[in-house]
Amino acid sequence: MVEQLGSPDFPGVQLHIVTGKGGTGKSTVAASLALALASRGKTVLLCETEGRQGISQMFDVPPLPYEERLIAKGSTGIGDVYALAIDAESALLEYLDMYYRLGRAGRALDRFGVIEFATTIAPGVRDVLLTGKVYEAANRNKRNKNARTYDAIVLDAPPTGRISQFLNVNSELAGLAKVGPIKSQADTVTTLLRSRRTAIHLVTVLEEMPVQETADGVHELRAGGLPVGGVIVNMVRPQDLDQQDRDELLADKVDRLAIAKQLNNIGVPADKDLVARLVDEGVHHAERRRLEDGQRELIEAIDIPTYELQQLAGGVDLAGLYELAEDLVEQGLA
Amino acid sequence: MPTPRPRSSSRTGARVGPLAATATTAPTLDVDAILDDLAIRIIVCCGSGGVGKTTTSASIALRAAERGRKVVVLTIDPARRLAQSMGIEVLDNVPRPVPGVSTAPDPTSDRAQAGSGSLDAMMLDMKRTFDEVVESQASPEKARQILNNPFYIALSSSFAGTQEYMAMEKLGQLDKDARKSGRWDLIVVDTPPSRSAQDFLDATERLSSFLDGKFIRLLLAPARGPARIMTAGFGLVTKAVTTIVGGEVLTDLQAFVAAFDTLFGGFRQRAQRTFELLQARGTAFLVIAAPEPDALREAAYFVERLREEKMPLAGLVINRASTDPGGELSAAGAMAGYERLKAKGDETSQLAAGLLRLHADRKLIVEREARLRGRFAKAHPDVPTAVLPALSTDVHDLDGLRLIGGLLSDQPA
Repeated sequence: MVEQLGSPDFPGVQLHIVTGKGGTGKSTVAASLALALASRGKTVLLCETEGRQGISQMFDVPPLPYEERLIAKGSTGIGDVYALAIDAESALLEYLDMYYRLGRAGRALDRFGVIEFATTIAPGVRDVLLTGKVYEAANRNKRNKNARTYDAIVLDAPPTGRISQFLNVNSELAGLAKVGPIKSQADTVTTLLRSRRTAIHLVTVLEEMPVQETADGVHELRAGGLPVGGVIVNMVRPQDLDQQDRDELLADKVDRLAIAKQLNNIGVPADKDLVARLVDEGVHHAERRRLEDGQRELIEAIDIPTYELQQLAGGVDLAGLYELAEDLVEQGLA
Repeated sequence: MPTPRPRSSSRTGARVGPLAATATTAPTLDVDAILDDLAIRIIVCCGSGGVGKTTTSASIALRAAERGRKVVVLTIDPARRLAQSMGIEVLDNVPRPVPGVSTAPDPTSDRAQAGSGSLDAMMLDMKRTFDEVVESQASPEKARQILNNPFYIALSSSFAGTQEYMAMEKLGQLDKDARKSGRWDLIVVDTPPSRSAQDFLDATERLSSFLDGKFIRLLLAPARGPARIMTAGFGLVTKAVTTIVGGEVLTDLQAFVAAFDTLFGGFRQRAQRTFELLQARGTAFLVIAAPEPDALREAAYFVERLREEKMPLAGLVINRASTDPGGELSAAGAMAGYERLKAKGDETSQLAAGLLRLHADRKLIVEREARLRGRFAKAHPDVPTAVLPALSTDVHDLDGLRLIGGLLSDQPA
């Protein structure tokens, strides 16, 4: 029951680009989003571009080659996640083969170090190749025979600090390839990246620097004419204490005796020491929450859809990814 | 030159470790001993992105200065407010004195030099550093040609790796300056926020291998040798490149390579010198990590890599550790209690239930982090380690940096 493209909050979006400051868990979020979209019956491609094999580690599968591999499928028979680790050299060789059938000249390019040269140093070419491959997956054509078509593509993109540059393939190439097929390739990629079929999501945690970077990132993307999607607040600490409880803790008005009694009643031997520890932890938590609320207000001020993912106390594993995916579905991102 | 290496964070060599080991706790890292050792002139803080390298390096620099060292800290991309409080919000590549550093002799300090220290800070301007190297190596006219070439502009402002390379270059410059003027006796370096800590070490190599690349040599060939080097194969290449990107690109490229050619040797030499500087006895590497599998995996790779390159590793700093709330109540015990209180559905015990839940989560995280640290220590039993607790607020002033420096040196033995 494949529905139309997109997700509830982002109808019509086929390409979800996930960025975020280092350490905020953008790869985890990208993987969860891919699972979430697949759980809605879609065939999804999850791409990584930074050559660190994060997907294979998260899903506990062998390292990914430059090839679309099925890494997760729904137990009810609908919904698949394929994964692809894109590297610039393979993308360039594939591109040349697909579009130019260069034959001897193509092999010469490789032999004379042009492929290596182009992908390591030629300005912007690396990024164009990476985004170009994503474009190819989103717009399968007859040149790539029997290739699978995807309802959605999730790109685990470079971090926020580099995202605008990464996606602004055109301006990167400007002054370099002013004419010719590479230029028109960059133009088509840019058209997709700026279209309503694309949404760029930013992952953050409720801390000052990542939030600041998110706000700056949104501003920069908008200025560059790139479509901003949502903010995904990751690793939100558990919300077990309500406002009233937290206020009491912060004002040091907690009834310690009552807590001790309640704990003893259920068989948790609570002496003064344990209650003091628990209350200390509670105060610490309340302080953190207050700071986080401040950051949350800053995120709200950015005024784009926001999603929150709980911190997984046991660490991120496949089960954890499923949980996060469910959270994203419930909140309408997928 | 070091051996070429691909720039991914994945491993290229065999694992290095004790092969058989029992459970171990890591030896404690004595940061003050490093800071007080006048033979140590350079401290490099490495680690994967998002683990708090900038804050840690600034804290270490401040602590060293207040213990009497004459310090300059090279930061890469500090948070705005931290940069402001250090007086380096202007990106101008010039080290400036940090206001508010305590240089008055502290009567309680046992350090003879305490009070004679100073702290300068600077933020790396990657493009300007590159431009300056070009300007210092080439004639004004040639420099202008290079600086205006589109290939150079892209190389100096957006090539992945230029930032690492320029951090290295700046370190070399600061070291030279320090030795000549005596203005500093300790340089603390923050490294760029790349995915992999190894990128920093690979930067020089990457540039060298680029400069030695086949294609570059071919482009240079006509200028250097007899025309017959232009083989039929190369003719094909030229044709293919022209078809795909247009002839103009090739012209720009040839101009760039030709203009840059005379600088290549100089670049290679400088890179080599900085690499040797990193291997010198007066250098200390601190690997920074967070108690997360990815960050610790990176740290492990890096530790093994340093060994391979014969670079002096001083220790590991684990940032943002969750503090153990202590007490006998385990995660499982607290969780069971939470479930029972919830089952009773008693409104008045909501706070008690919430506190149990918090405790359970906290204990779980602490146990997980301890397990991760234990694993690292088992595989690398001789790496001195310091653990820093997560603070509830971000650090953006000297007091915060001082606090971290204090925590860093105040490790349980």
